[in-house]
Amino acid sequence: MLGTGILKGLAQTALNLVGTFRKPAERLVTVQYPEQKITLKENFRTIPFLVYDGDDPEKGLRCTACKICEKECPPQCILIEPLRDANGKLAKHPKVFDVDLAICMNCGICAEVCPFDSIKMDSVYEITADDRFAGLIHHKEQLSKSNEYYHSIKPTEATEVDGRLAEEQRKADESAKAKAAKAAAAAKAPAMKPAAAPTPESPAP
Amino acid sequence: MNSEPAKLENAPLAKPYELRPKALADGGQPGELLEISMGPQHPSTHGVFRMDVVLDGERVVKLKPVFGYLHRNHEKIGENTTYLGSMPYTDRLDYFCSLTSNWAYALAVEKLAGLQAPERAEYIRVITAELTRLQNHISLVGFLLQDMGASGTPLMYAFREREKILDLFESLTGARMMCNYMRFGGVRCDATADWISRVLTLVDNYPRFLDEYEALLTSNEIVVARTQGVGVLSKELAISAGITGPCLRASGVGYDVRKVDHYSIYDRFPFRVPVGEHGDCYDRYMLRILEARESVKILHQAVREIPGGDFIDPKVRAKGFKAKPGEAYGRIEAPKGELGFYLISTGGASPYRYRVRPPSLINLTVLEDMCLGHTVADAIAIFGSIDIVLGEVDR
Repeated sequence: MLGTGILKGLAQTALNLVGTFRKPAERLVTVQYPEQKITLKENFRTIPFLVYDGDDPEKGLRCTACKICEKECPPQCILIEPLRDANGKLAKHPKVFDVDLAICMNCGICAEVCPFDSIKMDSVYEITADDRFAGLIHHKEQLSKSNEYYHSIKPTEATEVDGRLAEEQRKADESAKAKAAKAAAAAKAPAMKPAAAPTPESPAP
Repeated sequence: MNSEPAKLENAPLAKPYELRPKALADGGQPGELLEISMGPQHPSTHGVFRMDVVLDGERVVKLKPVFGYLHRNHEKIGENTTYLGSMPYTDRLDYFCSLTSNWAYALAVEKLAGLQAPERAEYIRVITAELTRLQNHISLVGFLLQDMGASGTPLMYAFREREKILDLFESLTGARMMCNYMRFGGVRCDATADWISRVLTLVDNYPRFLDEYEALLTSNEIVVARTQGVGVLSKELAISAGITGPCLRASGVGYDVRKVDHYSIYDRFPFRVPVGEHGDCYDRYMLRILEARESVKILHQAVREIPGGDFIDPKVRAKGFKAKPGEAYGRIEAPKGELGFYLISTGGASPYRYRVRPPSLINLTVLEDMCLGHTVADAIAIFGSIDIVLGEVDR
């Protein structure tokens, strides 16, 4: 009969209307932004930020200005100028670290390629500026955020990173210790070494 | 001062314009053809597309799709950035299905570099791709109905379900639409057990939603009257024009890259390829619903069987990735059709040639053939049923 299909559809809509009142918690999902905000997912990513350890954002900065992120960034939104000391030697620290948020497309590749776990993805999303040119270029000061902040937005990932860094530090310490021990042993040894070890080229008697 | 306007030497003469054409000898009105420009063409809309339609009364006698407004040099950019750097750009090809675009590109690079993703990564890829297909097909039906004048209900229902899938994408990849998730030789991060169980819940509830959606639309007299027999695409034309995806299958050709190419692990899933009969708009609508049902089956099995292990080949380095010289074509069955990436490498850090075969663009080429003889309102329905995304058409 003509019209049954429409009636069936109407019944479905009516069913949904009733269903909304029967299960309001599940069905009424509108969030009254900005009074209410949804809890962000841990993986949620927006713009990059720089992690620093300790209290001093300048000294504790993990970034060594290696420029890998600058090279890999697909839209080229990162600008890094490494800090140089008086002799022009690299100080392994950025003098300038700018991210142009007007260009950044939040892809997260910078965080992925960073070998020092310095650059990570933030979850702030209310970024506005009066000036669309200079206002959207974030400098090192705005980008630097503490490790505690990193832990507060991404607890699982931050704990994992901390563990990995501690492990690397431990290994570096051990190898440094071993190196020092070797150097100390080598300093003592040379006096007797030539006599003890014959060179491989010399034919055995 | 001379107030007379300057006369140009070669200024065109005003066309003699008659309000009403002269009557024919037998007293009938000959009518005039009217050329109009249809489509969203404001630069701030997300998909800018124009149809130059020539109308005889309300019938379409000529139609020329005009596109390219959203061209952003995707392929040239791909030749100048690193292999990894192109990955986020592929999100922006078909922004409705970023995960399948990612996959096609990753597959092409993997072929080029001779990589193989671990088992778990393949399963995660299948799960994300099928979820993408679910949300694409359902929202397409919503958009189609919206275009035909059913403003509201079908699209709202579709978006309600799509939201749940986008939430899953967000917790897995960090972004709702621009996922940037696939990597060469795997995926970027692992799926947690919690995420998998959430997928299972969603998949369990999905057939019920599809039933609901079908109750709303499938036998609705208005939908039937507006779509059946409208925009028929013949089997022969579909094949010769290179149409792929649901449009081709609705015309009665059982061609699915998942079955034909045996890429990834699709051989392990016993799903069927639904095929249409008439090739009209109704078949194209129905096919999407049926495909969604098959995707649900695939998802059920994939979620049940997902193994443990690595999610990315540990030998692959993201930064400084280089492929050995050669060429490769990687293709997958994206929700809109066959999406392929053709890459030529000369051994450098970026491809020498980078070419995309977008399903939307090629499916759009038969728009005129499908629309001729139909009314303007039908042309909109036909256009909607092809399922295009302008990001992919214009690149």
